Amino acid sequence: MDRRIRVLIAKPGLDGHDRGAKYIARALRDAGMEVVYTGIRQTPEAIADAAIQEDVDFVGLSLLSGAHNHLFPEVARLLREKGAGDIILFGGGVIPEEDIPGLRAAGFRAIFTPGTPSADVVEFMHREMAAR
Amino acid sequence: MRPSSTDPAVLAAGVRSRSVRAVARALSLVERGGAETAGLLHELFAAGLAAGTVGITGPPGSGKSTLVSGLIGSLRADGRRVGVVAVDPSSPFTGGALLGDRLRMQDHACDEAVFIRSMGSRGHLGGLSWATRDAVTILSAASYDPVIVETVGVGQAEVEVASLADVTVLVLVPGTGDEVQTMKAGIMEIGDVIVLNKSDRPGMDQLEASVLAGLDLIPPGQTRPAVIRCSAATGEGLDRLRGVLDEALAVASARPDRERRRVRALLESVMAERGAAIAAARVASMYGSLDGAVDTILAGGTTPYLIGGMLEGNLELTP
Repeated sequence: MDRRIRVLIAKPGLDGHDRGAKYIARALRDAGMEVVYTGIRQTPEAIADAAIQEDVDFVGLSLLSGAHNHLFPEVARLLREKGAGDIILFGGGVIPEEDIPGLRAAGFRAIFTPGTPSADVVEFMHREMAAR
Repeated sequence: MRPSSTDPAVLAAGVRSRSVRAVARALSLVERGGAETAGLLHELFAAGLAAGTVGITGPPGSGKSTLVSGLIGSLRADGRRVGVVAVDPSSPFTGGALLGDRLRMQDHACDEAVFIRSMGSRGHLGGLSWATRDAVTILSAASYDPVIVETVGVGQAEVEVASLADVTVLVLVPGTGDEVQTMKAGIMEIGDVIVLNKSDRPGMDQLEASVLAGLDLIPPGQTRPAVIRCSAATGEGLDRLRGVLDEALAVASARPDRERRRVRALLESVMAERGAAIAAARVASMYGSLDGAVDTILAGGTTPYLIGGMLEGNLELTP
């Protein structure tokens, strides 16, 4: 059996700043995961459909534009609607502290803000997988 | 919730009824390996042979994924359901992989009739992954036709895709070496179609001349691959490529030995995989573990060749 963690890293919305998304994609690759990278300007629908076809364990979203309160919950809603509510969601980017509880309530298990060491993300993912 | 059943018959029924979730889960199952895999593939075997298969291979960055995206668009315009398996390399050190082919195919992101699956090569050499063949079976059984297989970026000798695909497309780009490179054996021999991609780039005339010169040496009576200039930037060549592929797929499906060839390739791949697993299990039962065998060899107790001989049954089956 070759049970490898599969994760989709995507950027919803219109900001084109993909440094953080690429950094985390690379770090997760180096942690032995299979990282599907779909890049910038993804609609929530495209992200949900890709996550389902790729049968990933996690979806990680990165956003710096400020539209996270709309776009992140929308991805969560679509995944639930399509019967994939068990995919674990996390997010990152420029996200104000006060928005984090709302995103958690929308189904995001963790939000990583600038300066988070990539090891924290890896540790979070291993912990979530173990708890599944 | 995600359908949790891994009952092969239930999953196979889901695949045949074109459930995206079932297809996705079946693909994960064959990638992981394990007990239910054989049952699932056994159920899907006959339907799995139906789809026409197109292999797309060529060096890294030659534009394979972008070309596949163009082909998907062309096939969708005719109402075809298209399956894609895109393989990218896994790290030999961590096993991790960055699967980036889907990025180039985002035009088809929300199209239900397009199923794209990214796979890490997971230590398999030859340009594919262990599970690629099985993935084609599953997508074919879910009525995706054609199924396009994009290899990892290949060098010179990764020719496995040709044994899996009805039609193999070799993608070349200018500026990757002189004429001698196009004279070498291996990958230059497997293209039923040769795409000269990025035709807007300098060096195209030289590349075309050296490829055509090589093809001139093919003896009369043997099929010569079609050579097509393409550019994703301008859209040049895509319609012609589609036409040539349709024709080649029609010829391939009419070939009386098509099924036989595919069945044989499947059997060989099952034998290679199962054979290696059986040998590993026997070595483990003889020496406790693979490392136990290594310890015995290092201590001068046997050699790898003696173990090989024992596995073949030519020598006494005692450590």
